[in-house]
Amino acid sequence: MAKYIAKRILKAVPLLLLITVICFVLMKLAPYDAVDALTRPDMSQAEIDRIRESYGLNDPVAVQYLRWLNNLLHGNFGYSLLSHTSIKYDLLIRIPNTILLMLPSYLTAYLLSIPLGLLAGSRRGKWPDKLIDGFCSIGIATPTFWFAMLLIYAFGYRMKLLPILGMHTVGMEKSLPDLLRHFLLPYLVLIFSFLPDLTRFVRSSAIGQWKEDYVLVQKAFGAGRSEILFRHVARNVLIPLITKLGMALPLLVTGAVITETVFSWPGIGSYFVKAVQAMDYPIVMSVLVLSGSLVILGNLLSDILYSIVDPRIRST
Amino acid sequence: MLEFCSDRQAAFAASYLLLIFLISILVFLFRGLDPDKIDVLHKLQPPSPLHWFGTDNMGRDYFARVLYGGQVSLLVGVLAMLCSVLIGVTVGMLSGYFGGLIDGFFMRLVDIFLSIPWLIMVTVFGLLFKKGLLSIILVIGIFSWMDIARIVRSEVLAVKGREYVQYADFIGIPPLSVMTGHILPAVFSTIITASTSTIAGAIMTESALSFLGLGVQQPMSSWGSLLQQSQKYLQNAPYMALLPGILIILTVYSFNKLGDILRVFAEPRVRAGEEDMPREAGGKSGNEETAQEKCGEGRAENPPRKDKEREEAEIPVREASERKETEISAREASEKRGKDE
Repeated sequence: MAKYIAKRILKAVPLLLLITVICFVLMKLAPYDAVDALTRPDMSQAEIDRIRESYGLNDPVAVQYLRWLNNLLHGNFGYSLLSHTSIKYDLLIRIPNTILLMLPSYLTAYLLSIPLGLLAGSRRGKWPDKLIDGFCSIGIATPTFWFAMLLIYAFGYRMKLLPILGMHTVGMEKSLPDLLRHFLLPYLVLIFSFLPDLTRFVRSSAIGQWKEDYVLVQKAFGAGRSEILFRHVARNVLIPLITKLGMALPLLVTGAVITETVFSWPGIGSYFVKAVQAMDYPIVMSVLVLSGSLVILGNLLSDILYSIVDPRIRST
Repeated sequence: MLEFCSDRQAAFAASYLLLIFLISILVFLFRGLDPDKIDVLHKLQPPSPLHWFGTDNMGRDYFARVLYGGQVSLLVGVLAMLCSVLIGVTVGMLSGYFGGLIDGFFMRLVDIFLSIPWLIMVTVFGLLFKKGLLSIILVIGIFSWMDIARIVRSEVLAVKGREYVQYADFIGIPPLSVMTGHILPAVFSTIITASTSTIAGAIMTESALSFLGLGVQQPMSSWGSLLQQSQKYLQNAPYMALLPGILIILTVYSFNKLGDILRVFAEPRVRAGEEDMPREAGGKSGNEETAQEKCGEGRAENPPRKDKEREEAEIPVREASERKETEISAREASEKRGKDE
């Protein structure tokens, strides 16, 4: 067990390093000069050169990379080129906001998808399946932002029930009911964006399990449909579903780029989009590295979870 | 086997796609529809007999704008798909045929490309190119070839074991002509199937990018950028948001449906949906022996089950299970595009 986990962790390290190299190269390739964002048009060439030197932009690329990596390991993500604020503190403020939005949404979608998928899978071809599968097909084809706009129009403009922007009303930063009112719309949008995919996954998994011999045996013993479904099939369906949980880890940080932008939710997603539009490259690079590393950690986590719930993997 | 016409959803998808493509190509024939005619006196008007879908903030006929927007959306979708198929088939073919180091290199590349969330990756790459239609097409193409590469690779692995390919190799036909003349026709149906869902993914990606203001730029407009503009006038002119959104949904839905149907035709032994044993391989880390794959192998060795039925005698067990996994994960992955993940 420990050996398997250690092996997996060791394999993840070079990949992490590779991701940082790629991020760095990508940003170096960008066809603009990082120093432009620091200078004003009225600065003299000497001043510009001095700034370039002080930001270390004249050093060889390898030196710049190592310095950047070293800073990264110390939790120092550098400074925004435009606002000159520390990216580390920006991230520390914004990550909890994103998690606050993502965690409940993903968990709700996750928990809803299990009964829906099981129901559809066990009634394959019947009306509940057609209904649920139809919903999934349409849900998958619906752009998140369009659904968000529908909700904004209905609840925000028409019924004037819910606020449509931001996280707090000005002056009510500590109020929980106010936060919840702001939270509700993006929460619904995110559930809608995760649910179809997860339900499909559970459904097809249940269809596969439903043909297994053990289901036939249970039927032969006269077990009821719901008993088979929840006591036997559900357990086998949950195993692959657990890997989904690990892979959802990066979503906690970068999963809601579009939704956050639509609702101006002050999380990582809207931070990233603003940085991309302003070409604030240290921020873009930090988010890229962060999401890349989280993907690798998420894969690691899902492998480990899988090996815990399904011991067959460790033996091979 | 499923009868094409008796499946109402499939018939709907096919006729809708035919219609929307015809309209997009022939829209210039309608003289009255000018998407750029500005009429400030009649701006933001609700739908009327004169302007079927109202007018936008500059008094332009919205119906015409949506139709011309569809031209851009579909063009980006199709060209990005071609770009992605070109890269994907080349990579998949090379790594499947040659194996060894080349295979290892390309598959690691695929893993890396898959590991960073697509939206982040596409946006960052979008920074590197000048803004314009061509760069959007290239960026989307460059980040959607991985699934096709995986599918083609596993198909090629299977075809490579066939006797006619081995014979062609044996009598000294150069690898390039074996690949194009012998292997390509055998994997062609798979490529067609995969490419329909790639179009759907590309249209979704384009609309998301345009919506974030990183895609199609004014004065050109696509469905996504029309939605972005309509966001500002949502309160007064909600009809502006409705039409492009519905068209995106219908188009993406139809392409996905078409992909499902084609899959049944490409592999008559599989009834659509039944082989969908979930195997998440989408964001696999750089190692081939991840838990899921191992589990897949282990399972394929079990006594006869459904999996076995569709395996051909020549295909080693491992390849078959691998192939199924990649197919499914690819489908899942391409369907996920454009969503928030």
